[in-house]
Amino acid sequence: MAVRALTRGFRYSRAATVASPCGGHHYVTAPSVKPPQPQADDVTEKILNQPLEKPDFFRVAELFSLKDLFDARVHLGHKKGCRHRLMEPYLYGCRLDHDIIDLDQTMEHLQLALNFTAHIAYRGGIILFVSRRRQFGHLVETTAKDCGEYAHTRYWQGGLLTNANIQYGPGVRLPDLIIFLSTLNNVFQQHVGIRDAAKMNIPTVGVVDSNCNPSLVTYPVPGNDDTPAAVELYCRLFKMTINRAKDRRKQMELLHGLSAPTSQTSRYALK
Amino acid sequence: NLAAAGPEKFTLEYIQKQVEEYEIGKRHLANMMGEDSENFTQEDIDLFDFIYLFFLLKQICFYFQHPDEIFPKQRAVQWGADGRPFHFLFYTGKQSYYSLMHDLYGKILKIEKHQDRLRAKGLFSQDAQLISLGPSRWLTKEELELLLVETISTHDYDRFIKLMERMLAMPYSSTEEEFVQRYRRQLEAQSMKQMMPPLEKDENGVAFSTAEGRRKTSDSSVILRDCGSGHITINGQDYLQYFPVLQDREQLMFPLQFMGVLGRFNLECTVSGGGRSSQAGALRLAISRALLSFLSEGDGEAMRQAGLLTPDPRVRERKKPGQEGARRKFTWKKR
Repeated sequence: MAVRALTRGFRYSRAATVASPCGGHHYVTAPSVKPPQPQADDVTEKILNQPLEKPDFFRVAELFSLKDLFDARVHLGHKKGCRHRLMEPYLYGCRLDHDIIDLDQTMEHLQLALNFTAHIAYRGGIILFVSRRRQFGHLVETTAKDCGEYAHTRYWQGGLLTNANIQYGPGVRLPDLIIFLSTLNNVFQQHVGIRDAAKMNIPTVGVVDSNCNPSLVTYPVPGNDDTPAAVELYCRLFKMTINRAKDRRKQMELLHGLSAPTSQTSRYALK
Repeated sequence: NLAAAGPEKFTLEYIQKQVEEYEIGKRHLANMMGEDSENFTQEDIDLFDFIYLFFLLKQICFYFQHPDEIFPKQRAVQWGADGRPFHFLFYTGKQSYYSLMHDLYGKILKIEKHQDRLRAKGLFSQDAQLISLGPSRWLTKEELELLLVETISTHDYDRFIKLMERMLAMPYSSTEEEFVQRYRRQLEAQSMKQMMPPLEKDENGVAFSTAEGRRKTSDSSVILRDCGSGHITINGQDYLQYFPVLQDREQLMFPLQFMGVLGRFNLECTVSGGGRSSQAGALRLAISRALLSFLSEGDGEAMRQAGLLTPDPRVRERKKPGQEGARRKFTWKKR
């Protein structure tokens, strides 16, 4: 059964590469992830492979427009002195020492990131929202609770991902995606979670501002992470995509007659 | 951090097995005693002598309490069959504490929104409706740890208290009173009143009161009778015989002399243990306590301020090894 699943995987994703977490190819719209509940059921295979046929199956491009990004002040970066060298490709320009982020590139990156998140949520993956900004901690936690996913806006203990089996107990399941609403921690250094996720082969989506290092983030989204309007926009977008993807999954299961109440309740039983 | 938390962790299956054994043992006991095995409760078991129970049921069950009361409360497994954790803050490590902080902050935001709405209508007033807490204190760190079933650091605890205080300082915080009271404990009312022994009357109509006192290893008990003669009896003997030394008799006299009621009362005392001086001290405390019921509030307060009602906490300090006494060291020899 496992061999058959592997050969099937190879047949469908021949042209695509296995998504590597560090600087993966952007041709792949969804990773060829092993489904969390492998069954020899053809219906489940069909449900999981159907979204892979279209580039924007969840129509995430409809959720936002360039004007929304501009109104939420996503294009505002930091001052020229704070600029990170690796962010220069993403900047549109500099006006009176203030960096302006290129919103066309942001649109593309955001679309890819939201699409990826939608696919992960569709397959029942665990999504962890991380942000170390005290201003938005409550907002991020509320967003995560509303989606039915997880959040971590507190002090990051060192062995959280790398030493998980000892910290939480054996057999713990690590997140399948980590979303950083701000990639910096309270002392303006790169958040430890980015490096740890890269070590543990967990893909990351991160909002990178003009003073951040985008290199280890799988799906960087260049944009402002300081303004409340921008962060509220991101939270709203992620919440809508995740809810949309989960509803779609429920619809597909009902459509194909696969009423699996246990899998539904276990995915939604979050206290 | 589950691994470092305690010496041994009991698995859920082990505890469930213990519960089953306890139930079986309970039913066996009920059958043996001829009682109703369905309604046999813990109180019925407690009535039996432990050793008797042990001989009856020695091969089945060694605990005669429900295992929930014996094994410490610990967390169940935090994730479901598919691996997804139940709590949305599971990956922080301290889910209960952080969820508490999250809820608390949410309540603060709600109060602020309420204030803004009232301000918009023009009904805001600064001095309205602060929560009245009464004589209570915040939960201590240990009590909070017990409540949350996880360890927190002093820093975390301080932040929690600060956030609570911040919420209490806001006007219109009375809406969250019930939430706040969950984290406060009532203080035992510090009674400024002394615990005075009751005033009784014996067959002859004479008012008397009884009190006890302790000092070092002596225990004493005194019956103070309002006769008017001033006789003092200790363990059946006269006080002059029992305490030949003036100092001890002075200790006996002091409470009565302080209040100016020297000749009024008859004392019938019993004392045991200790030495001469400590017996005198124990008696003095007992007399002062017995005297409280005959005096007014002001006199009682005067006695307290004089130190007559405070039990002397000094006891003999133990001898330590490597030293000659409790404090005295062996003679230091230069060579």
